[in-house]
Amino acid sequence: MRNTRSRGARLGALAAVATLALSACGGGSIEAETEANESEAAEAGGECDELNMAINPWVGFEASAYVVGTVAQDQLGCTVNYKELKEDVSWQGFGTGEVDVIIEDWGHPDLESKFFAEEGDGTGTDFGPQGNIGIIGWYVPPWLAEENPDILDWENLNDYAADFATSESGGKGQFLGADPSYVQFDEAIVSNLDLDFEVVFSGSEAASIEAFRQAEENKEFLIGYFYEPQYFMAEVPLVKVALPPFEDGCQDDPATVACDYPETELKKIVSTEWAESDSTSVGLVQNFTWTNEDQNLVAGYISADGMSPEDAAAKWVEENQDKVDAWLQ
Amino acid sequence: MTATLEAPTPVEPDAAPPVVEEKRISRFLLAAGVIGVWILVWSFTKGQQTLDLPGRESTDLHDSLTGFRDGIIAGRDTNPVMQVTNAIAEAFRDIVDWLQRMVARPNLPRPVPEIGWLGVTAIATWIGFAIANWRIALLVAASFLSFGAFGYWEDSIDLLIVTGVSVAIAIVIGMPLAVLIGTSAWARQVVTPVLDFLQTMPTFVYLLPIVLFFGIGVSGAVVCTVIYAVPPLIRIAGFGIREVSPTTVEATDSAGQTYWQRLFKVQIPMSRKTIIVGLNQTILAALSMATIASFVNGPGLGQPVLNALVRGDFGGSFVPGALIVLMAVMLDRTTTAASERAEIVTRGGGGNARLRQILLVVTGVATLVAVYLSRFSRGLAEFPELNWGERVADVADDVMRGIVDTFGGFTEALKDLITYGFLNPLQSLIAESPWWLAGLAILALAFVFGGVRAAVVAVVCLAGILYFDLWHDAMVTLNMTLVATTLVMVLAIVFGVWMARDHRVDVAMRPLLDAGQTIPPFVFLIPVLALFGPTRFTAIVAAIIYAAPVAIKLVADGVRNVSPTTIEAGRSSGQTTWQEIVKVQLPMAKPSIVLAANQGLLYVLAMTVIGGLVGAGALGYDVVLGFSRSEEWGKGAAAGLTIVLLGVMLDRITRAAAERRT
Repeated sequence: MRNTRSRGARLGALAAVATLALSACGGGSIEAETEANESEAAEAGGECDELNMAINPWVGFEASAYVVGTVAQDQLGCTVNYKELKEDVSWQGFGTGEVDVIIEDWGHPDLESKFFAEEGDGTGTDFGPQGNIGIIGWYVPPWLAEENPDILDWENLNDYAADFATSESGGKGQFLGADPSYVQFDEAIVSNLDLDFEVVFSGSEAASIEAFRQAEENKEFLIGYFYEPQYFMAEVPLVKVALPPFEDGCQDDPATVACDYPETELKKIVSTEWAESDSTSVGLVQNFTWTNEDQNLVAGYISADGMSPEDAAAKWVEENQDKVDAWLQ
Repeated sequence: MTATLEAPTPVEPDAAPPVVEEKRISRFLLAAGVIGVWILVWSFTKGQQTLDLPGRESTDLHDSLTGFRDGIIAGRDTNPVMQVTNAIAEAFRDIVDWLQRMVARPNLPRPVPEIGWLGVTAIATWIGFAIANWRIALLVAASFLSFGAFGYWEDSIDLLIVTGVSVAIAIVIGMPLAVLIGTSAWARQVVTPVLDFLQTMPTFVYLLPIVLFFGIGVSGAVVCTVIYAVPPLIRIAGFGIREVSPTTVEATDSAGQTYWQRLFKVQIPMSRKTIIVGLNQTILAALSMATIASFVNGPGLGQPVLNALVRGDFGGSFVPGALIVLMAVMLDRTTTAASERAEIVTRGGGGNARLRQILLVVTGVATLVAVYLSRFSRGLAEFPELNWGERVADVADDVMRGIVDTFGGFTEALKDLITYGFLNPLQSLIAESPWWLAGLAILALAFVFGGVRAAVVAVVCLAGILYFDLWHDAMVTLNMTLVATTLVMVLAIVFGVWMARDHRVDVAMRPLLDAGQTIPPFVFLIPVLALFGPTRFTAIVAAIIYAAPVAIKLVADGVRNVSPTTIEAGRSSGQTTWQEIVKVQLPMAKPSIVLAANQGLLYVLAMTVIGGLVGAGALGYDVVLGFSRSEEWGKGAAAGLTIVLLGVMLDRITRAAAERRT
């Protein structure tokens, strides 16, 4: 490199003439935009600066994060960084300034005790519900629910255990556990309800979805852990199996769980340092709230229609400026 | 118990056997005896004391590891080690961030990087020309243009930056160590086992502790890439320096040179070619690790692959995956050509030096012009959107769905055949045996095949596995590893022999194998999942795709190197083709086949964690679990260490077996 520069310097004059002549055609626009950016940053009252959005690995999360990020970028002039992270790692990022916002949290008591001010180091702050309601449970593909409606009651599951058996379940019925990121008590539920099933972990959301997709397509027996809001429900509307209903406290001891999962109010968790800053994006994230339908729509744009998350978010923002305006109050 | 009693009878490891054939048979008979006793005892004790731990439960040891992690996080502002690692992490972040703003992403308030795509492509092309030749320059230019045309300019450049920074650090750390092990036998004794250990450790196992100390994103990505990439450089460059002819060293020594003169004037220049081979290996290793580092938000092409995986979008992961392959080919060919050129130049060749200098200056000026233009013209700074990537992705999706629809029934049958006929019975034996029975049997087999040294390593590793409380999961993973390796070896022998015997097959297969080795393994997960569902067999297939290319290449090279005279002699005595393969080529290529089995095992084991993502359960799932849920960190770390122990054990047994055979 150094060599080129010194050689280049010798021939600098020649280069300059050539480039001046050539750059006349497309030049100028970059400089103009640089100046525009500078003056925009100066005018925009409170600085927004950077906004670091964690992206946890599921499409619904991506939809929420990119909608907030798109509004922050286009309407507040923030520089938005999206970071693909698992939940646990995202929380660790608060302390180091690598993560400002987790837009969809499904409840992590262990992390809360570590990072919230009450018990932990106080780097994280609960920013309230974001409007989505999480429904976790046991689901079967629609064809199965239609042909055997009684399967939707847990008490009849043992009658079908043999039909659910696979090469992985060692003679028992297979229950497909999910991505390890999620709260799961299925092994305890199976054993405490005396179900003749074996929990086999799919290991990732992609694996679970592909399994349900194939089960519906080939009319195979499959029961597993699933949840909404989730775009895949639009493609294959899985049907929920009724477990003994959730009551307060019935999931406190992981070993004795024998009830259904509770409905979860999904929350925004943010970095305390960022929340206390004067960034204009703080108000946006604080006010952000939307419905399961909204999220499924954007998630569907991304996965079913194959749009990039940026485009999908931009499309929704354009069509729902009224909702966005409420966040920007 | 009974299993070990049989073991002491085999041949002494040092007894030089006059008749190789006989010894081998006796060894296999012994192994069969061990397995027979194992099955006998298993039939009475099956299912007892298997140390099975349910998927979401952990033990006190795991909780104390989690507590250790919590302590480190809580004390990160005062802990001196964390202060150092944080400072290093910060430095890495700053360097990469600066480079990104120069060549990859907008350097705000500028709407574009300081140097646009045209400038970057021109610089890279010029470097290709300067260190190699014009053909390489063309390859580099075509590669860079593809990164942009397929819509992944920024991710590609990010990946190159992380790889480049990591390789630079690897050189700074690796070259002094290479000199050390090249010049001192004592240092070699100390460093080599560490290198062995690092190279046995599956890549995913690094991520958990590194994120803890260096944080997520660029810093974590650079650190794990350096750790993964530095061993080949140390090993190969050290070897090169050691192999410099002693006569030359002595001759120049007699002229009274100092240590440093000898090093820089004789040893390093004379081993230049080998050093560049080491560098080549380091660059390719860095590229593959930098891709995997996208799991901790490392920037680069791994991210779009991973995002597409989350969405179940095969086409979307295929295109960036293919670009990674292209990048690997580009870096490989460039460094190889550079090393060839270095060789020619040292010998005083390399064509007209004067002409070349003039060409370099002229093209250098053209490069500067391109850089200058890309700073001022928007169209030359931001790659125009051509959307080739989307079109290719659609085609790839159609092809994959077509394959799934066509072969769905057949693959289901194949899965069931292997699972019920092979995987389940073997798992029942290995994992449903009481822990002491399985442990003793493995120990006995290690002794039979590898002798005393392998048995000692096996004892240590098995004790470690027992200590980490994941015995049952370890046995399930061991079983999958063995089944996958067996299938890899079947493929390796069939295709290896075929490639060695038919040059056209070789020419057709090589690029496929290269691609299989460099494409990030998680690209395959979607189609394999669609074909086989979330099962252990899916994990095995993914592991085979990853491990088979290496094994096939090794076997092909081994068979090809069998001396032609031996084959001719056989032919003249009227051997059939089958006899020639089975009686001459395979036995003569045995060292390569054993090496292929060793490498196959380690590559398969490296895929354990990926397997955990597609339904393999066991140790792979535990690592993913520890990675995903804060309270399970300790279990994940224990699982990672258990994988390392399995790897060291299998590596040592196969290597010891290989040494005894040859």
